[in-house]
Amino acid sequence: MMGRNTFFWAVFAVFMSHSFIANAATAEEDLWSALKQTYFGDREIHENADDVLILEAPTRAEDAAIVPISVKSVQPQTAERYIKNIHIIIDKNPMPYSANFHLSPTLGDIDIATRVRVDQYTDMRAIAEMNDGSLHMVSKFVKASGGCSAPAGKDMEAAMARLGKMQIRMREANIGETTKAQVVVSHPNNSGLQFDQKTRGYIPPHYVKEIIIDFDDENLITLEAGISISEDPSIRFSFTPQKHGVLKAMVNDTKEMTYSMDKQI
Amino acid sequence: MRILISFLSITVSSFAFASSLQADSYKVQQVAEGIFYHQGSHQEADAENLGAIANVGFIIGEQCIAVIDSGGSFQEGKLLRKTIRQHSDLPICYVINTHVHPDHILGNAAFKTDKPEFVGHEKLPAAMASRQQHFARQFSEILGDAYKGTEFIEAKTLVKVGSPLTLDLGNRPLILTAFTTAHTDHDLTVYDEKTSTLWTGDLLFVERIPALDGSINGWIDALDTLIEHDATMIIPGHGTAFNGENSKGWQDLLRYLTTVREEIRVIINDLGTIEQAIDSVGTQEAEKWKLFEEYHRRNVTAAFVELEWE
Repeated sequence: MMGRNTFFWAVFAVFMSHSFIANAATAEEDLWSALKQTYFGDREIHENADDVLILEAPTRAEDAAIVPISVKSVQPQTAERYIKNIHIIIDKNPMPYSANFHLSPTLGDIDIATRVRVDQYTDMRAIAEMNDGSLHMVSKFVKASGGCSAPAGKDMEAAMARLGKMQIRMREANIGETTKAQVVVSHPNNSGLQFDQKTRGYIPPHYVKEIIIDFDDENLITLEAGISISEDPSIRFSFTPQKHGVLKAMVNDTKEMTYSMDKQI
Repeated sequence: MRILISFLSITVSSFAFASSLQADSYKVQQVAEGIFYHQGSHQEADAENLGAIANVGFIIGEQCIAVIDSGGSFQEGKLLRKTIRQHSDLPICYVINTHVHPDHILGNAAFKTDKPEFVGHEKLPAAMASRQQHFARQFSEILGDAYKGTEFIEAKTLVKVGSPLTLDLGNRPLILTAFTTAHTDHDLTVYDEKTSTLWTGDLLFVERIPALDGSINGWIDALDTLIEHDATMIIPGHGTAFNGENSKGWQDLLRYLTTVREEIRVIINDLGTIEQAIDSVGTQEAEKWKLFEEYHRRNVTAAFVELEWE
């Protein structure tokens, strides 16, 4: 695995040329084999791995800019065998490699939801990378279009006014019991794909590249994100606090701005 | 007025049977002296209907004519212009865009030769700049030949929030009012003082399900103000024009938006999810709106991510 940000920029070449690939005769299969080669090289990927994880996404996305998706593990995480990463790939998005969730073995059952942009009808894939390095993939076809180059915000002024505002939303947690929490940060997540007619140029990208969620100084989830994540990035997840402590969420964006929020549990 | 309304309903029903939109079937209705509109069909834009799904029209003064929304394609713009010429030879001095959505602006280029002033909300140019590439890609495909000739023409005469602008067509002042974020972040209404006719743009949808592209809270606030307007005739962005004494159109839209808002708030307060909201909110409204399936869940999605920040 490459370094976090270099990884995204290393695949820039692929998404710049992906319209080429998409127009090829046997488009879908060729596109995936090219993406697979780029992201995972010659590593073996077990397909239809519904014994490892479940990917939920709407068949028809209502708002292409906000498509709710979730990934769940089928077996509980244990210290011996656990899902170390979940990679989300949206084949036909301008930047197909959309998210990389780094997961702690202490999470218990994995149940993570987020919201993504979907640029056109596409296959969407979740690939679980186990602690032994094996890769297990499930996929879904999603009908949606226009998420990525559609305007970032319905009200850009309102979005910028609350830039960096954060929420940690959860019920009061009981020690030893599984609980759900949502971390959401207000951010326009500008894709860098929107053309500004006045300057005759593209609006520079400004998006959240990392969300780090720790409990009691131990990392639960780190999300490395790209422009496929919707405006106001959101992660909903379940975890089981074994003692009282601080749930902390930290957000870093591409302008090196950081935002954070704590919640005492 | 009663005669006028029955006339309207006859025209509308005969129009509904037209399978595709041609020059001879493109009919406008006169709702007040010198005010004409073409009622858009309650469909999604396609090559057959030429994208003519929104209400568009014109107002004739003593010296010149104002076009209010230019059509959902270059073709519709041309049909509208041709129809104007059947009613008056006066110059077309203004093309007013009530907001950026394609069904309201794609006809702009059909009026270029008239050298009108293009007029819009102060935030219209930014909205157009950020969306036009996306619209061009999507609508050239959807509309096919009807799209050919389309240009995105930016408004140069802008109306600021809080400072209504008066345009005079010759003994016929039009008052243009810019709103804060509601249906979009750049909605504009046009009021004809002479006949007390209010052209709402998409701040009002009648019969057709509204499309939320701004702020649900802002839209409800705007409607609370607009419903008090004492206009004699109302021309909505979609649906049939109606007498201002009848508030059903306003009430229906307010009921829909407040229902969606209240049900989403309950889910958010209970730490529920966006998926839950999309599945359950406002389903009792399904029978009450045309194109409910096409837009409702999208409205819930957009409203949810807004209300999450209350």
